[in-house]
Amino acid sequence: MTLSQPVNIVSSRFGLENSFTLDTYLKTGGYKGLRKALSMDPEQVTQQVLTANLLGRGGAGFEAGRKWSMLKPNPVRYLVVNGDESEPATFKDHYLIEKDPHQLIEGTLIAAYANQVNQAFIYIRGEFALGLERVQQALNEAYDYGAVGRNILGSQFSIDIVVHPGAGAYICGEETALIESLEGKRGFPRIKPPYFPAVIGLYGEPTIVNNVETVSNLPWIINNGGSSFASYGKGRSTGTRLFALSGRVRQPGFYELEMHTNTFRDLIYAPLLGGGIPHGNELTAFIPGGASSPWFGPDHLDLALDQDEVAKAGSMLGSGSVIVMDSTTCPVRASWRLVRFFARESCGQCTPCREGSGWLEKIMSRIEQGRGREEDLELLLDVSDNISPSLSWPPQQTTICVLGPSIPPSILSALQLFRDSFLLHIKEGACPYG
Amino acid sequence: MARFSDENLAIATQIISLYPQSRSALVPLCHLAQSQDGWLTPDAMENIAELLGLQAAEVLGTASFYDMLHTEPVGKYLIGICTNIACMLNGAQEVLEYAEESLGISVGNTTEDNLFTLEETECLADCGKAPCLQVNYRFFGPISNEDFDELITNLKSGSLGSQIPDHGTINRVLRKQGLAVSMSEISSQRAEADKQIAKRKAAQAALDASQKGEGK
Ligand SMILES: Cc1cc2nc3c(=O)[nH]c(=O)nc-3n(C[C@H](O)[C@H](O)[C@H](O)COP(=O)(O)O)c2cc1C
Ligand code: SF4
Ligand code: FES
Repeated sequence: MTLSQPVNIVSSRFGLENSFTLDTYLKTGGYKGLRKALSMDPEQVTQQVLTANLLGRGGAGFEAGRKWSMLKPNPVRYLVVNGDESEPATFKDHYLIEKDPHQLIEGTLIAAYANQVNQAFIYIRGEFALGLERVQQALNEAYDYGAVGRNILGSQFSIDIVVHPGAGAYICGEETALIESLEGKRGFPRIKPPYFPAVIGLYGEPTIVNNVETVSNLPWIINNGGSSFASYGKGRSTGTRLFALSGRVRQPGFYELEMHTNTFRDLIYAPLLGGGIPHGNELTAFIPGGASSPWFGPDHLDLALDQDEVAKAGSMLGSGSVIVMDSTTCPVRASWRLVRFFARESCGQCTPCREGSGWLEKIMSRIEQGRGREEDLELLLDVSDNISPSLSWPPQQTTICVLGPSIPPSILSALQLFRDSFLLHIKEGACPYG
Repeated sequence: MARFSDENLAIATQIISLYPQSRSALVPLCHLAQSQDGWLTPDAMENIAELLGLQAAEVLGTASFYDMLHTEPVGKYLIGICTNIACMLNGAQEVLEYAEESLGISVGNTTEDNLFTLEETECLADCGKAPCLQVNYRFFGPISNEDFDELITNLKSGSLGSQIPDHGTINRVLRKQGLAVSMSEISSQRAEADKQIAKRKAAQAALDASQKGEGK
C-alpha cells in the first residue's frame, strides 16, 4: 500500500518537548498567523477560510467559512470553541488541547477577529484536568505576550478569551446544549429553528460554535493561504484530519492524514499507522466516525477517508474516530454497550429519545445476557422506528437534537452485519465469544 | 468550613466578573467549592446562590445534571474506570471487576477509610490507551490488574504526591487577570469596526457596479 506523504497541519508540534509552552510555540512560527490575519480585513480572513473549504471537525462537517458568513450582523456576538469531546472513541481534541494549547488560542483569536466577536470562550470538558491547566497557563502567557487582551500585537483589535470548564455530560457537546451549559444551566439542547447559534446563541446573541480541531487549523490556513490547504485532499474533503484509531489494533492512537488520499485499510493496517490487528486476527467490523455512526464490514475497508464518500456508503466520517473490532469481539455486547451509553446520556427532554433509548438498552441487554426472545429483533426495529421513523439514512429527526435519532442506525447496522450472532444469543442463550 | 474562604471568595469574584451574565459562573464556582471541600456541600451551594443572585435550589438543580459535581461526600481519590467501547474491546470489564474485588467495594461506593470512591465512566477520550482510568481526573492507561495494584499502593503511600491533588481540584492554574477590556468598550469598538466593514462593502459594490457598467 502506498501512503501519501505525511502532512502535519495541526499535529506538527506533538513530538516536541514542552510543546505546550509559549517558548516552543514562538520558536516554531507561533502567532505568525494571527499577525498576518490582523494585517488583513476581517472579510479577507473569512475569504481564506472559504477558499480552504475547511469542514467543521466536530461531527457535522459543515464548512467553517460558510458558517461564519451566516453569522447574523448584530452589535453583540460571541465565539464558543467546543472542547467538550465526549463522543465514544473520539480523543483528538484531548491531545490538541494538551499538546498545543497556543495553537488553539491562536486559532480562536483568528476566528474571533474574522467574526469581530465581543468575547470568546473555550469550553473544555471538565475531565480534562491537565488540558484545563495547560490552556489556562498558555492563556496567561498569551496575555503577557500581548497576543490576547487589549490592542493585540500592537493592532487596533482587542478581545478577551475565557476558559470555561464543563462538568461531565456528553450532551453538552451538542452546540445548543453547550451554550445552555455555558449560561450556567443544565445542558438541554435548544430546538432549531429558531435557536440556530448563528442567529440566537449565547445570551440570545448571534454566536459561532466551532470545534477545537477546526479552530486549530486556522493558523496554518492563514500562514499558508486557503488554496494551499485546499490542495490537500480532494473535492470537499480538504486538508488533513487527526484520525483517532482505537479498539482491536496493534498501534492505537491519533494519526494526522491527508483527507481522501488514504483508505480505512491504510489507517488500520499500515505499519506506521495502526499496524494491523493483534495476533493477526481477522477484522470483523469497524465504526468509521465515532459511536454515532453506522458500522461497516471488511468489504468497506478500501473506502477513502473522505467525508462525502463515507456518507455515500451509508455512514459518516463524523468526529474522525475509527473503532476496530476483530474475531474476539462480541458484536452484540459492543452494540449493547453503545446503546447503554446513549440511554445514560439522553438528556430526557424528548420522549422518543428518553423512552426509546431505555427500551433499546433493555432489549439489547437481555439478548446479550442470553435471555433474549424470538420476537426481540422485531421489537428492536419497532422501537427504532418510533425514535426515527422509516429508519432511513441519514436518520429522520423527531426530536430536539440528533442524539436520539442517531441510536437506531448504529444498532441496525450491527444487526445487519451480525444477524447470526444475534440469533445465536437468542436461540442458544449463550455468547460464542465467552 | 463550607462557605468560601476569603481567598476563594476573591477567586470567585474574579470568575464572576469574566462573564457577561453572572449565572455563567455557576459551574466554575461549583468546581471551586469542590476543590475547597472535596464535594459540593449544601452550605457551598447556598453561598454560590447568594453570589449569583439565585436560589440554592437552582444551584442544586443545575449541579445535579453534571456527573462531576458531587452533592454527597466522595473519597479522597475518585477512581473512574472507563468501560465504553474502545476500553471494553480491550478488557475494561475485567479491570473494573478486579478493582471492585481489590478495593472491596462495588461501583458507586466509597471505602470505609474514605480513601477511594469507585465509578464506572463513559468514554474518557483516551481510547488510544485503552483500557484506561482516571484518578481525580488524571489519566492512567493502559491499565492491567498489576498496574491497578501498583497505583493503589502508590496512592496509599502518597508517593504520587502533587501529581494527583485531592478530589475536587481540576485546575490549579489561576487566571492571572480579569477582563483586559471592558464589555462596553468592546461594544463601541465593534460598532466602529462594523461601520468600516459596511463602508468597504459599499465601496466594493460600487466598484463592481461601475466595472459592470464599463463592460457593457
Ligand atoms: C449529541 C451530540 C454531541 C456532540 N458533541 C460534540 C463534541 O463533543 N465536540 C464537538 O466539537 N462537537 C460536538 N457535536 C457537534 C456540535 O453540535 C457542533 O456541530 C460542532 O461543535 C460545530 O463545530 P464545527 O462546525 O467546527 O465542527 C455534537 C453534536 C451532537 C448532536
Ligand atoms: S434527542 Fe435526546 S438528547 Fe437530544 S434533546 Fe431530545 S432527549 Fe435530549
Ligand atoms: S472508550 Fe475508554 S477512553 Fe474512550
